[in-house]
Amino acid sequence: MLPLAGLLIRAPWTTLPQRLTEPGVLAALRLSLLTATLATVVCLLLGVPLAWLLARARFPGRRLVRALVTVPLVLPPVVGGVALLLVFGRRGLVGGWLDATFGFSLPFTTAGVVVAEAFVAMPFLVISVEGALRGADPRFEEAAATLGASRWTAFRRVTLPLIGPGVAAGAVLCWARALGEFGATITFAGNFPGRTQTMPLAVYLALEQDLDAAIVLSLVLLVVSVVILAGLRDRWLGAP
Amino acid sequence: MSLDAHLVVRRDGFTLDAVLRAEAGEVVALLGPNGAGKTTALRALAGLVALDDGHLELAGERLDDPAAKVFIAPEHRHIGVVFQDYLLFPHLSAVENVAFGPRCRGVPRARARAEATELLGRVGLAEHIGKKPRQLSGGQAQRVALARALATGPRLLLLDEPLAALDARTRLDTRAHLRGHLAAHTGPTVLVTHDPLDAMMLADRLVILEHGRVVQTGDAAAITSRPRTDYVARLVGLNLYRGRADGGLVRITDGFALTTATPLHGDVFVAFPPAAVALYAARPDGSPRNTWRATVAAVSRHGDALRIELTGGITVAADVTPAAAVQLGLEPGREVWASLKATEATTYPAVKV
Repeated sequence: MLPLAGLLIRAPWTTLPQRLTEPGVLAALRLSLLTATLATVVCLLLGVPLAWLLARARFPGRRLVRALVTVPLVLPPVVGGVALLLVFGRRGLVGGWLDATFGFSLPFTTAGVVVAEAFVAMPFLVISVEGALRGADPRFEEAAATLGASRWTAFRRVTLPLIGPGVAAGAVLCWARALGEFGATITFAGNFPGRTQTMPLAVYLALEQDLDAAIVLSLVLLVVSVVILAGLRDRWLGAP
Repeated sequence: MSLDAHLVVRRDGFTLDAVLRAEAGEVVALLGPNGAGKTTALRALAGLVALDDGHLELAGERLDDPAAKVFIAPEHRHIGVVFQDYLLFPHLSAVENVAFGPRCRGVPRARARAEATELLGRVGLAEHIGKKPRQLSGGQAQRVALARALATGPRLLLLDEPLAALDARTRLDTRAHLRGHLAAHTGPTVLVTHDPLDAMMLADRLVILEHGRVVQTGDAAAITSRPRTDYVARLVGLNLYRGRADGGLVRITDGFALTTATPLHGDVFVAFPPAAVALYAARPDGSPRNTWRATVAAVSRHGDALRIELTGGITVAADVTPAAAVQLGLEPGREVWASLKATEATTYPAVKV
């Protein structure tokens, strides 16, 4: 709590309204919310099936895959950004092919921000969804199968509703992590205002020039995160 | 629409190897102690466990045949299952649970719902269709589970310990109710239970499973009068011995033989109810030829009578009235004379004919 109090005490309250309306602040905020949300969607699309595989399917190398999924948790985000550059960079493994075939390059674009955030935030989603799946009785899926449900129908109509709270919690964690992402984003996507400059990047940049501006940006990020997280918690997780 | 199965499933240290047949409309009970492989057999029938060997044929269609590399997935088998703890989907209401199967098979939502409502009405739950499973009592949940299994019009109905989770009172009602619904089901029904009373009340035929093998099959009358294993004998409350018959004399152990009314030769079973054993303080004179000295090992209550476990010669259970027990001073360690009338013992060949 102390660092938060520090932020509040040092905030330049008198010039706050004027500073908030600066175009850079709003642009960075909008970009942050947009990319964090898109990254969460990407994580949901890729992470839920991955969690299902890890929790239900038996295949060789499952332990290795599980270990790999959690790597972004322990890897310094900057290293993650470097790794992404090596893969998606213009001379990277996949990036070279993308550039040659479609003339499309991921680094230093808004899409690159989403990829970087998704990369770092993915473990939060996979781990919570896998945990929820392990807690859910797999025999419900068997019961659904005997009633004629395909694996997909059983998953959609039985398993997913049962693990709904786990998925929601994972998505919230994932979104929060994506919103605060800094290292991988600045390494992989750079720091271009309006395009890849998210709030944490803007804070970092402001810190070098104008401490008050950095404090204002931090406050905005803080307030928005708290409001959204509190709202989601009440609605999805049924917390008191 | 008949079932013809030879179920072979191998697990670590356990092998299920059971032949199971059921005609259309027939109710077969798989009866056996815990760990006998009953549930594994049921899961193999449903397709939740693949056979390692043998085959499974329903209504002329091969559903599982490892040798021919045939395996039909559970969702394509049209087999209804009532699970032991029902496994009603907790997030769906009773009517949605019942409509789930037809919906999966492509029945339009409104019609599936109407049929589910009708089916729930038939099992006596018209007022509870909107309730979630956690709001239902055990007996109601059991009926919803039955309705859900029947809603898809299954070719084969499987029930895993359908009454085990219910208290005694509900059990009685539900058993009678279940009996009616099983009679109405046109396909074969396989019922798994460890309760002989459930099996005999609900099934036309009993298949006794022990250690993964079928040890005896037959209708209730055949099983209760001629048990072939200790487990079955205990279930139906008979004393059972295996011995060698030579005319009217059956040698059970080296020093012990019983005289029986039916002359047979070779390996035989001798079975008699505990009530057929009479106890005396002194050696009785006269008629019973089977008389031996025995020691009381244990005394327990059994219905209106007292059940006396005796050792000496053979281990045997005897039922006596409380009055007789008091008069004889029956307590562990007491020596008595036991006798058995030859006509009360049933003797039959141990080799299956």
